[in-house]
Amino acid sequence: MKKLSELDFSIVQQCMHCGLCLPHCPTYLETLNEKNSPRGRISLMRQISLGNLELNKNFADEMSYCLGCVSCQANCPAGVDYTTLFETSRSSIEEAGINKNPFRKAIRHLFFRIIFQDLRKLRFLARTLRLFQSLKLDRALLKLQQWHLFPKSLANLVSKAPRIQNHFTHELLREHEKPTQARHKVLLLSGCVQDISYSHVNRDTMEVLVHHDCEVITPAQQHCCGSLHVHNGDAKGAEQLARKNLDMMDSLEGIDAIISNAGGCGSHLKHYDSFLADDQEYAAKARVWSHKVKDIHEWLFSIGIKNLEASPFTNDSPKEKLCYHQACHLCHAQGIKQEPIALLKSMGTHELVPLKEADLCCGSAGIYSLTQPETAQNLKQRKLENIKNSGAQVVAVANPGCHAHLSSSQSSDSQGESMKFVHPVSLYAEQLRKLSKEAN
Amino acid sequence: MTVEKQFSPEALKELKALLGNPKQLLTQKEDLIPYSFDGTATLEKMPVAVAFPHSTEEVAALMKWAIEHKCPIVSRGSGTGLSGGSVPSDPSVVVCLTQLNRILEVDSKNLTLLAESGCITQSIFDAAAEVGLFYPPDPGSMKISTIGGNVAENSGGLRGLKYGVTRDYIMGLEVVMPDASVCWLGNKCVKDVAGYSLKDIFIGSEGTLGIITKVLIKLLPQPASRQTLLATYSKMEDAAATVSAIIEAKIIPCTLEFLDNITINCVEDFTHVGLPRDAAALLLMETDGHPQAVEDEIRAMASLAKIHNATTVQVAKNAEEAQALTTARRSAFSALARVSPTTILEDATVPRSELVKMIRFISEVGEKYSLRIGTFGHMGDGNLHPTFLTDETNHEEMERVEKAMVDIFDYAISLGGTITGEHGVGTAKKAFLPRSIGSIQMRLLRDIKKSLDPHNLLNPGKIFDA
Repeated sequence: MKKLSELDFSIVQQCMHCGLCLPHCPTYLETLNEKNSPRGRISLMRQISLGNLELNKNFADEMSYCLGCVSCQANCPAGVDYTTLFETSRSSIEEAGINKNPFRKAIRHLFFRIIFQDLRKLRFLARTLRLFQSLKLDRALLKLQQWHLFPKSLANLVSKAPRIQNHFTHELLREHEKPTQARHKVLLLSGCVQDISYSHVNRDTMEVLVHHDCEVITPAQQHCCGSLHVHNGDAKGAEQLARKNLDMMDSLEGIDAIISNAGGCGSHLKHYDSFLADDQEYAAKARVWSHKVKDIHEWLFSIGIKNLEASPFTNDSPKEKLCYHQACHLCHAQGIKQEPIALLKSMGTHELVPLKEADLCCGSAGIYSLTQPETAQNLKQRKLENIKNSGAQVVAVANPGCHAHLSSSQSSDSQGESMKFVHPVSLYAEQLRKLSKEAN
Repeated sequence: MTVEKQFSPEALKELKALLGNPKQLLTQKEDLIPYSFDGTATLEKMPVAVAFPHSTEEVAALMKWAIEHKCPIVSRGSGTGLSGGSVPSDPSVVVCLTQLNRILEVDSKNLTLLAESGCITQSIFDAAAEVGLFYPPDPGSMKISTIGGNVAENSGGLRGLKYGVTRDYIMGLEVVMPDASVCWLGNKCVKDVAGYSLKDIFIGSEGTLGIITKVLIKLLPQPASRQTLLATYSKMEDAAATVSAIIEAKIIPCTLEFLDNITINCVEDFTHVGLPRDAAALLLMETDGHPQAVEDEIRAMASLAKIHNATTVQVAKNAEEAQALTTARRSAFSALARVSPTTILEDATVPRSELVKMIRFISEVGEKYSLRIGTFGHMGDGNLHPTFLTDETNHEEMERVEKAMVDIFDYAISLGGTITGEHGVGTAKKAFLPRSIGSIQMRLLRDIKKSLDPHNLLNPGKIFDA
């Protein structure tokens, strides 16, 4: 990846600082300080690339404060490519070693270059964490930390980790699942966090795909997509993962679509083409790949969502209220807003109610809740408040990051626990299973 | 008088102490760079510091400090201005009012709203709408612009034709004067002729006469009904002829917006609302009021459009569709930036009857200097926005832009028009002001400035040199 100083100046120059991004930026709304806004950050990048400002700690802190929700990009009439600016900035900051300290370096290396490079290692760690969680040791750690007997950052890391599932994806579905009459053939990406914490969503995705006449291939050995890496300045680690993912299948011929069910991963997976554009060996395959990656809702919508018939056993009691949280990397980065709602409407099981600020970031943003706990918590509270006011009992959310962040319990917010968070595909699959059970 | 170039650390410490929280003053380079520009292309200057007052008292205290240290003050809101009015002077402290942002009162008995000047225009519109009232001025940036900024620039918007501009809705102002006194101008009375109408001097004063801290706004009842119509044309003249015909038919729609082909395509690239990419021109019309009147007017406008060779005429099916179209129109200026690195937006305005001539002249000027100009604007009120699509790093082209601009201004003036309809003079149009208003008016402006701000502390160098 290029350094900020080498970046094509026209990308920076594309920003005409009109300010129309400001009302869409969660951090600007938090502080009302221009530095914490897209055009403010771009003005700093501009001065850096002109050589008037050095790449320093203040800039690094500011780029760490940015959520990378890219709401600004989605709402920018001038078409500024903020994603590139954001990723280049974070990567330049890491390369310059501005935040370097041995502990941080070790942690980053451990997670980005060892654990998230090899899913077997992640699964091993997950099993350990599962044991921890089942023995409630994670809560104990938090107590120890409160008594200053354990480092805060590590205790936070463990306590904020999502619940680990008893079974991972490959234990819940076969590598090859077929409907009676296949119309399409798709590759299902099981993700990394999704695989260990929301493996049932992968199972549900497979079932919904099969119901839509798709033959589903889910390789047991998969890899993290690398979005975590690229958003945190580790472009090299991300490139390695992109290549590994491209190597997963010898050929993509005959595959109609590559399905992602996690908003955060999907937006990055779709960019492998530009990401590996200079890689002679992989560029061509990356182009095919990017062309075929589809978010699950986007794919179902394009092949035609099948309406589920109302159950004959449904009683007349009022339907449960449901709202939909628009995950940033689904709605802003991929422009997928209506498709998940169409899926939710097709079930006929819930009353869909509007959610205020549905597309405002919830503060999850990858590892933001670890790097910027205060703002992450404020944004979470704001989201939970809006959900509460919507009157919904069930919240549909299509990204594991948002899901984990919003449902994680904190002493200061107990409301997250009483709300039910579900992936839209899981709601659909649930009804599908219910109907088929009744039919039998 | 000479202005001290540098401010001692003690002076800045003193400044910080005037504000409730140390976070209310920014002095670091990385914090100041984002306040070194506004929405205007190519203009930037670093301030010495940025202060965020939370009360009128704090603003007055800042003003006192400025007098003592002979430091110029540049007040600003969200910094979306388009004439460089809130770009810092050198040197200066920026007083940013965005955190002075409470709505203090909605008075539905007197149809007024009292707000602090940092309130976002949209939030004022929303607060009024909540009780069935209506704040009509709607500048393109209303989602983020502040009401104080709107008053200081006397902003217009899409509804100017029927509802006028910001000035028409200001009943009172609280202003911190250049001598740090706090002054109330105006009241809730519909009629008031006690003395000169001083509040009017501050409306459109671009921060050069006082710092506006509170605004008393006049509201209207919400129109019961609204309809939107989109007409496309293969010839620009036909669009202009339709507008003339509508005005001649004694119809005053609330909006009559015009987009040319370049603008249509940029807006469509961004919004995907389905604008016809091959149309030479497009008119977005909106009428509001009593449902029956709206029904009659929209039908009459549609048929006038057809008579004047509109290729398509389409009424928005519902409120969402209408909203999508107006929102798309609001993005026009920024969307034009897709075409070229630098977009320089003008707002030459002429009497409505001269519009066709003006539009033709702009396209001739574009050809004469080999420049790309995207034009859109408020056709119903004669306020056009020819936008140069250029590159600030191309100096030769920028020179041609300057020349083209002079031609357009001169022509607008010769038609009885003005160099700026709603963006203000700031620094961008400062050089053209004398030829637009003449020497006597220039002298009056200077006299007023001198009598109110004798030390030239407020936004010096803007509009004209004192």
